Amino acid sequence: MTTDGTGHESVDLVRPYVITNGQELPKGDEFELVTLVTAADGGARRAQLDPERRALVELCCGGYLSVAEIAGHIGLPIGVIRVLLSDLAGNGQIVTRNPVPTAQLTDIQVLQEVLDGLQTRFG
Amino acid sequence: MDSRLVSDDHTYLSEQVRIAAKILVVGHFAVGKTTFIGTLSEIPPLRTEETMTRAGAHIDDLRGVQGKTTTTVAMDFGRLTLSDTLVLYLFGTPGQQRFVQVWEDMARGALGALLLVDPQRLEESFPVMDLVESYGIPYAVGVNYFDESERRPDDELREALDLLPDTPVVACDARDEASSAGALITLVKYLQTRTS
Repeated sequence: MTTDGTGHESVDLVRPYVITNGQELPKGDEFELVTLVTAADGGARRAQLDPERRALVELCCGGYLSVAEIAGHIGLPIGVIRVLLSDLAGNGQIVTRNPVPTAQLTDIQVLQEVLDGLQTRFG
Repeated sequence: MDSRLVSDDHTYLSEQVRIAAKILVVGHFAVGKTTFIGTLSEIPPLRTEETMTRAGAHIDDLRGVQGKTTTTVAMDFGRLTLSDTLVLYLFGTPGQQRFVQVWEDMARGALGALLLVDPQRLEESFPVMDLVESYGIPYAVGVNYFDESERRPDDELREALDLLPDTPVVACDARDEASSAGALITLVKYLQTRTS
């Protein structure tokens, strides 16, 4: 059930749970701090979104950003951003590029890539 | 339009990035975490807040704090694109024990941590060390020297911090890019020895 796009008036100084329509903040599993997010194609329904969700989708239109970066740019707490992202993903307005599961890519490989990258960049 | 939120093309990740890795930069208040991150980050460091509203698990902490159901804690972070497919995020993590929820979030999936210490205030690092160890996060110690004259022998630091023999200790200046990158490289090499 969704009540998106209704009942939102002035949003300047509202408490986070108002922005999320009182939804329980989801646990971190779905949207980790470094989960990469971008806007889905087609913004036809964007106009119907409330200001926070619309700002979030518009920010994500430019390319991929991590959940933490989105929170930093928008200026809302991570927990609130997670609720909004969860909503928007459910509506098909944003998509994620999940962190590669560790089973598929071992820490050894990641560490080697990190080391190579640091040495190339700063060496 | 909300393009005011971001001002340049470097805000976004390259299209090919597939892997987002995370390293924590931890340490007590004012030890230089934010400076360190700012020195290495390719984007202006961002600050965000974690809200702790799910009081259920930590209800004891909130008892007696009348009307206060949420707490926020700020964390600073930066970004380093290290290859076409890999981006590394550096998260500056507050060292207070009560921010358990933040730590769970930070620790999840983190490769390791660089513990920044101030050679003049070593004892202030103990609560942070306890936290890092309790989450099982492997770490290296970066001794943030603002002044060469502060230099202390590594042995002395090791003993004062009661480090395990294999925990690396590296001197660094959080204001200096090469020095900060060197500390990070020391950490990553150490992490490699633990996984091989």
